[in-house]
Amino acid sequence: MIERRSGDAFSLREHALLASMHATSRSYYALVGGLVAVIIWGLIGYSMQLRYGLGVTGLRDNFMWGVYITNFVFFIGVSHVGALMSAILRLTGAEWRRPITRMAEAITFASLLMGALMPFVDMGRPDRFLNLLLHGRLQSPILWDIMSIGTYLAGSTLFLYVPMIPDIALLREHYARGPAWRRRLYTVLALGWRGLPAQKHHLETVMAVLAVLIIPIAISVHTVVSWIMGMTLRAGWNSTIFGPYFVSGALFSGAAAVVTAMAAFRRAYHLEDYITVQHFKRMGYLVITLGVIYAYFTFAEYWTPAFKMAGHERGYLSAVLSGKFAPLFWFTQIGGLLVPLLLLTLPTISRVPRLREMPMLQPRPALAAVAASAGLLVFVSISGSPAAALVDVAALRALLTWAVAVFGVWLFVALLPLFRERPVAAAVVASVLVNIGAWIKRFVIIVPTLQYPFLPIQRAPAGWAIYHPTWVEWSITAAALAGFALIYILFSKVFPIVSIWETREQGAPHASGAGEVAHAPAL
Amino acid sequence: MSLPRRSFLKVLAGAVAAMAPLGGNHFLHRWRLARRGSAAALVADAGLDRHLVHLADVPTQAGEATVAYAASPPPPPEGGPPGRRWVMVIDLAKCDGCRECTRACQAMHFIPAGQEWIRVYEMRDHDLGAPYWFPRPCMQCDNAPCVKVCPVSAAWKREDGIVIQDTSRCIGCRFCIAACPYAARSFNWVQPALTEAQRSLPDSVDWNRIHRKGTTEKCIFCPGLLKEGKLPACVTACPMGAIYFGDQVEDAVTNSQDETVRFSELIRQNAGSRFMEELGTEPRVYYLPPRKRVYPGPPEETLPAGAAGGHR
Repeated sequence: MIERRSGDAFSLREHALLASMHATSRSYYALVGGLVAVIIWGLIGYSMQLRYGLGVTGLRDNFMWGVYITNFVFFIGVSHVGALMSAILRLTGAEWRRPITRMAEAITFASLLMGALMPFVDMGRPDRFLNLLLHGRLQSPILWDIMSIGTYLAGSTLFLYVPMIPDIALLREHYARGPAWRRRLYTVLALGWRGLPAQKHHLETVMAVLAVLIIPIAISVHTVVSWIMGMTLRAGWNSTIFGPYFVSGALFSGAAAVVTAMAAFRRAYHLEDYITVQHFKRMGYLVITLGVIYAYFTFAEYWTPAFKMAGHERGYLSAVLSGKFAPLFWFTQIGGLLVPLLLLTLPTISRVPRLREMPMLQPRPALAAVAASAGLLVFVSISGSPAAALVDVAALRALLTWAVAVFGVWLFVALLPLFRERPVAAAVVASVLVNIGAWIKRFVIIVPTLQYPFLPIQRAPAGWAIYHPTWVEWSITAAALAGFALIYILFSKVFPIVSIWETREQGAPHASGAGEVAHAPAL
Repeated sequence: MSLPRRSFLKVLAGAVAAMAPLGGNHFLHRWRLARRGSAAALVADAGLDRHLVHLADVPTQAGEATVAYAASPPPPPEGGPPGRRWVMVIDLAKCDGCRECTRACQAMHFIPAGQEWIRVYEMRDHDLGAPYWFPRPCMQCDNAPCVKVCPVSAAWKREDGIVIQDTSRCIGCRFCIAACPYAARSFNWVQPALTEAQRSLPDSVDWNRIHRKGTTEKCIFCPGLLKEGKLPACVTACPMGAIYFGDQVEDAVTNSQDETVRFSELIRQNAGSRFMEELGTEPRVYYLPPRKRVYPGPPEETLPAGAAGGHR
C-alpha cells in the first residue's frame, strides 16, 4: 500500500502538502518572530513573578485563583478535541475525519502542554514542585490532576505519534537527500517502518487500543480539573454536575478550535484539496451538537440554584445573572453560544438569499448603527460625567445596551446571506466566538464565586476586595497562547499536518464526486 | 520485538516493588477513614512512620470522637501532646470588637501585613437582627477541608485537634484557601519582612514566626504557648474574657479573667453552637450567642443584612 519510492509516489495534492513543510514564506517567519517575542515578554513577566512573588499579580487572599487557573481550565478543555476526533470519530468509522485527525491531535498535544504549565505558573513555590512526588497525597484532587493530565499527555502524544509512523517513513524517503536533521529525525522516528503487513497489523491494533483507552482518560482529565473547584464547599463550585459540565464545555471549545485550525491551515498551506467545505459542514454539525449539550448543562447548572436562591448562593448568582458579572456571563451565553450556533444553522435555510432583496436588511447601515450605539455606550461608560447633569447615566447606558442588542440582531440577519455564500467564514467566526466565550466562561466560573465567600469580605487591605488581573498575568496568558500557536506551527513544518497515508487509503476527493465524505455514515 | 511475558512480569513486579516505598505503601498508610460520626474524614499525617489513633479510644466526657486522627508514637514536636483535644469557646455577647485579640496574635506570630489570623467581622444575620462582632480564628475543623485538599501534607490534623501548617513544605497552590469556608487562611503574596526580633526567637511549626514567600498560613492555636502551659495569645489578650480555651478531654476551658468553667456545661447552658454547622466541617471553635449584650455592636447603618457575603 505504502509506496516506497520518493518523488513520483506522491499525488498532486500530496505534493502541495509536502511543499508546505519546507517552502517557508516570509510571513511564516514574521509569525514565528512575533510569537517568540510574545513568549519572551511573558517570560519577563514570569521572572518578575518569581522574583517578587505572586504579589505582582492581581491575586489576593480572597481571590486566590484567577487568570492562571482560567487558562488552565481553558487549555485543558481545548485539548479534549484529540480524544473526540481521533478516538470517537475513528471508532465510529467516520471516514471524513481522515484529513483533520492529525490537526486535532496536534491541538491536543500543544494545548495540553500549555495547560499543564499553568498550575506551575500559579504555584507560590515552584521550587518545591518535587514535594508533589515526595510527599504527594493521593487524597488531594491536585494529585488526581497530575496523574490524569500526565496520563493524558502521554496517551495523546502516543496517539499523535503512532498514526504518524507511516507518514514519517514516507518523509524519510522523501527527504533522503534533504537536510541532515530531517533525515536523522525521520529515520529514528519511523522505527523501521516498511509497510509490511505485520507492521500494518500492529499499527492498527495499537491505534484501536489507544482509541478506546483515550476516551475515558480524556473524560477523567476534565472531570478532575473541574473538581479542584467542585470538591470545595464554596457556593457556585459546590456542584455535583461540575465534572460532566466541564467535559461538555471542553469538547465544545475543542471542536471549535479544530475548525479555526482547519481554516488557518487550509488557507496558509493551500490544502483546499484535503479540507473541503464539506469538512466545515461536518465539523459544524459536531460543534452544534456539542454546543447544544453544553447549553443544556449550563442551563441545568444555573437554573437549579437560581430557582431556589438559597442564602449562600444568592450573592454569586445575582452577580452573575444580573449584577457585576452579568455582562461577561451573558456575553458567553449569547456571543459564545447562541450566536455561533445560529451562525452554523441559520444560513443553511433556503430562504436566506431572499433577505438580500429587502431594502431594510442591508449590512452597511446595520453595521453603522451597531458601531454608533456601541461607541456611544463605551463613551458613556468611560466618561459618564459630562452627561450626568442632563440625563440619568444608568438609564442611558441601559438604553444604549438595548440599542446595541437590537441593532446587533439587525446586523446579524443582514449578514446571513453573506454567511450562506461563505460557509467557511461563518464556521470560523462561530468557532472563534466559541473559544473567546469559553475562556470568559471559565473566568466567570472562577471569579464570581470568590467574590461571594461564606463570610463577607471585610477588613481587606485596599485593593484586596476585588480582582483586577495585572499586566504580568495578561503577559503570561498571551505567552501561553503564543506558545500554543508556536508549537502548533512548528509541528506543521516538521510533520505533515494532514495524514498522508490515511487520506491516501481513502482516495482522492475527485475520484468519488462527493469528496471525502463519500463514505461517511448518514448523519 | 516480543518481550517474553515472564520477563515482562518480572520487570513489572520489580518496578512496583521499587515504587512501593515511594507511592503505594505511603498511600495505604495515609488513607484513613473515619469509622463513625457524621462525616468521613480523610486525614493526612505528617510522615511515614505514624499510626492511627482513634479518638474514640481516648476517654472524653463529650462522648465518642467523630474523627480518626493520624498520630504518632512517640509524638514528634509537631504531633501535639497525646490525650488532649483543644477547644475554644467565643462568647459573642462579651465581644466588644476592640480587636486586642488580633493585635496580640500579630505580635506573637509577627504576622505579615495584610493578614489577620483571628479576624473580627461585623455581622448581622438578617434585617431585624442586631449587629454583633464575630471573631474568627481558624476553626481547627475535625473534618478539615483544607487538610483534605492539601497535595503535599503541608497541612495536617494533629492528635490534639490542631490543624497545623508546615510552611517549609507548602508548595503554594492555594487549594486550602479555596477550600476553607471560613476565609481563615492567608497567603504570603510577597516576601514577608524578617526582623531581628523574629530571628532571635525559636521557630518551629508550633510557633510559626518565620514567614515564607509563596506559602499559606493560618491561626494554629499557639501550640508553642500551650506547651509552656499558657493560653493562646488571643485568649490572654481579650480584655472582656470573651474567649475561652481549654481541653475537651478535661472538659474545662479558661478565659483571660482566670475563670475556669466546665466546657460542656458552658455550651449546654448558653446554647453554644458552631459556625455553619451545616457544612459538616466539625469545627473545634464554639460560639455563645450574642444575646443580652452589654457592649455596643458594630454601627448598624454600615451593615446591610447579609453584608457583602451572602451568608445567611
